[in-house]
Amino acid sequence: MRYIPNSQADRQRMLAEIGVDSMEQLFSGIPEKLRLRRFLDLPRALSEPELLEYFRKRASKNEIDPALFIGAGIYRHYIPIIIDALISRSEFYTAYTPYQAEIAQGTLQAIFEFQTYIAQLTGMDVANASLYDGSTGLAEAVLMGQRITRKHKFLVARTVHPEYLAVVDTYVKNLGIQVEFIDYTADGRLDLEQLERKLDTNTAAVVVQSPNFFGTIERTHVIAEIAHKRAALSITNICEAISLGILKPAGEDHSEARTADIIVGEVQSFGVPPSFGGPHVGFLATRDKYVRQMPGRLVGMGKDFSGRRGFVLTLSTREQHIRREKATSNICTNQSLCALMATIYLATVGPKGLREICEHNVLKTEYAVTQIRQRTKHRVLFAAPRFNEFVVQPADSRQFPGLPLSRFYPELGNARLLCVTEINSREQIDAMVRSLAS
Amino acid sequence: MSKPERTSTHFSMNESLLFEEGSPGRCAFDLPQLDVPRKEMSELMDPELLRSEIPGMPELSEVDVIRHFTRLSSWNYHIDLGLYPLGSCTMKYNPKINERMARLEGFALAHPYLPGEMIQGALEVQKTLENCLAQISGMDAVTLQPAAGAHGELTGILMVRAYHQSRGNPRKKILIPDSAHGTNPASAAIAGYVVESVPSNNRGTIDSGELRKLVNDDVAAIMITNPNTLGIFESEIAGIAESVHAHGALVYMDGANLNAMMGITRPGDFGIDVLHINLHKTFTTPHGGGGPGSGPVAVKKVLEPFLPYPVIQSNANGSYSFNYDRPHSIGKVKAYNGQFGMHVRALCYILANGAEGLKEVSEVAVLNANYIRSKLKDAYALAYDSPSLHEVVFSDRLQARKDVHVWDIAKRLMDYGFHPPTVSFPLIVPGAIMIEPTETESKQELDAFIEAMLAIEKEAEQNPELVKSAPHTTRVGRIDEAAAARKPVLRWRAGG
Repeated sequence: MRYIPNSQADRQRMLAEIGVDSMEQLFSGIPEKLRLRRFLDLPRALSEPELLEYFRKRASKNEIDPALFIGAGIYRHYIPIIIDALISRSEFYTAYTPYQAEIAQGTLQAIFEFQTYIAQLTGMDVANASLYDGSTGLAEAVLMGQRITRKHKFLVARTVHPEYLAVVDTYVKNLGIQVEFIDYTADGRLDLEQLERKLDTNTAAVVVQSPNFFGTIERTHVIAEIAHKRAALSITNICEAISLGILKPAGEDHSEARTADIIVGEVQSFGVPPSFGGPHVGFLATRDKYVRQMPGRLVGMGKDFSGRRGFVLTLSTREQHIRREKATSNICTNQSLCALMATIYLATVGPKGLREICEHNVLKTEYAVTQIRQRTKHRVLFAAPRFNEFVVQPADSRQFPGLPLSRFYPELGNARLLCVTEINSREQIDAMVRSLAS
Repeated sequence: MSKPERTSTHFSMNESLLFEEGSPGRCAFDLPQLDVPRKEMSELMDPELLRSEIPGMPELSEVDVIRHFTRLSSWNYHIDLGLYPLGSCTMKYNPKINERMARLEGFALAHPYLPGEMIQGALEVQKTLENCLAQISGMDAVTLQPAAGAHGELTGILMVRAYHQSRGNPRKKILIPDSAHGTNPASAAIAGYVVESVPSNNRGTIDSGELRKLVNDDVAAIMITNPNTLGIFESEIAGIAESVHAHGALVYMDGANLNAMMGITRPGDFGIDVLHINLHKTFTTPHGGGGPGSGPVAVKKVLEPFLPYPVIQSNANGSYSFNYDRPHSIGKVKAYNGQFGMHVRALCYILANGAEGLKEVSEVAVLNANYIRSKLKDAYALAYDSPSLHEVVFSDRLQARKDVHVWDIAKRLMDYGFHPPTVSFPLIVPGAIMIEPTETESKQELDAFIEAMLAIEKEAEQNPELVKSAPHTTRVGRIDEAAAARKPVLRWRAGG
């Protein structure tokens, strides 16, 4: 086997030095009746050229045309070449979790930079070292909200990504947490009146997403203010992180009453490919005062004993390897390499590039919406401002791009969710509109 | 004793933070020219919704970014550099072809929400991997959805809960041996269970007598690790499973140590009902400096109805589809269907090996661990005398007489050019030194490591201060972790 260095002769020498006669003897601790006395029933071993052929063939069966206009939590943005060049360095991708700080400073400093970027973008004090993805991140945010408030009722917008809601439900249903949903109004945003009505002093937190699943932008600062008036926390979820380049972050306002307490989400948009749903990378940011209630890894800046700056995993007394069943979370790792991709992405595009990318997303989406309205008979739903997604109600049963929404929102019938980003050319948009007009 | 000089003026040893390096006007990025009408953002949305600037975000050139991260990378130890003997972590070589295959555009740009006929390649890869993992573990069905090992544990225990719930009573307790990884009790707690600890006996395995006293009708499951975190096979496992099953409880297995048993013995054949598998350990998906991992869960038929949705279905016409119609499912544990990029890599590894190759992997992994054991057992105290499989656990008992402890030995190993083993775990061994070499190390690499360990043992005897003040050759010395945790600095701030 090509990945095993020791030859048969090496192995024989090693067995002799151990003082056993055969490989078999090394397994004497396993009772004979439990031994598998046949080979596993697996496909035959393939050589490298055969592997290339096997996977190329299967990869080519997937449709990847950007003009399919599908987003819904997984976005196609341009990925600068240097990201893959850097993360392909063995020093990054074949390293372990940085427990031994002295020989893991590269990973540790990069995570510290990730934490800083996320804090800057969200307007929060601190961010963790990343989480598996946005959906599990939101579940962790809800559990964190319960730890902080010791209350069990959560008011959650129906326009949060439906699969995120499903994950939250799986996590909380055995822990005595109740989730009540808040509807959306005809303009595609959270129903603020219903929120006010359902909010009471037993409410732990209000959870919204912006831009929401329909692509419309929520008034997160108004929602935070309403939540805080009833002593509930405000949790904002973000699926489309690119939007942070232009939208005022929920963590930033002249008054603290109008800012979120926890901002959580997904940063796949920052240079991580869609990859059929993963690996992506979640984040969680909060106020200094809640740091010790945070889930997941944290990297801190410190000094070595001769005074040199260095970085190290910190506040681990929250974590499972110390606290076991009393830990803030069962999470053992972060999503380090994907967080590194996001960090390199942000370093590459910079603040101006990020803003321009946002503008292209908004303008191209606006162009697509205008063209559909002017040139076809299909109805674009929801009047509120949007970022790079929108909902169309087809007027007939023709082939339509985007995601059918009926599985998640039966009341929207045959409506489709479409996504337009900076990678979509006007030509692609025009072609799509033509296909819908004819 | 004077310390060797560690500082250098070269950037490669003193790279700043990105936020300290930027210069206004630098740029590493261009967009194509805008090809739709330009409008002011404030025309399209309430200016209240718009942000002004992002304070502190640096402006950098492409060369700045490349140099920065290349310099940072040079401060990391990594598996392509040498032995990484972390016990229970299975740090083995990550084949390069895995990376190339996961980056094929047809995989990297695939979207799970497209209609079935547009994603047949991805579904086939996932289904094939599920089938391979079921065969290797001896189980009946597999979900690839969990994002990591601990996430797989949670998924598995939620399925245990759903199983008991479907029979009218979710039960209250999960039994966990005291040698278990910390994620086991943490995962059980999130699934709403109370945890009870099962003691180990003097052979380092589960005390089956004590266990029998603890099992009753309140117990939902026992979570075992086999081979356990001491690298010892739980030889009474079949009987243990039988007594747990007699009370209607289930047996969960932490599959962290599957690298010891591929083609040798199968969890499904020794009484396991549900286990998670760490693709980033046994199946060579890279650790990435701490993720992404991947933690598929394999189950016996009785638990199949409770798998997270969607499940992948093989259709009569040879096609594959996602099936969301799963009324007894525990729900979703992650959006979409798992860390697909890791699934491609793991399948690539399994297909590269085949059945004979995987058996060889486990054999050589066990051989390498036993070789280290035989060479170090006179210098370091073995925690338990029982036969070792893929890893061996020593303690610092002999060195502690000179006040040299496990962390000192670990740090001194860095000066010899090695990553340290897992230390201070499992918790039942004071001063544990847990060594797992894996099968991808040559005899020469093992001999160099053994030599380093023996040299450190001599130093501990003759010059303990040298060991206690290590490392001496790394870019930074030991970080004052207590100070870092007392007043945590978790982000860069301008002027701060």
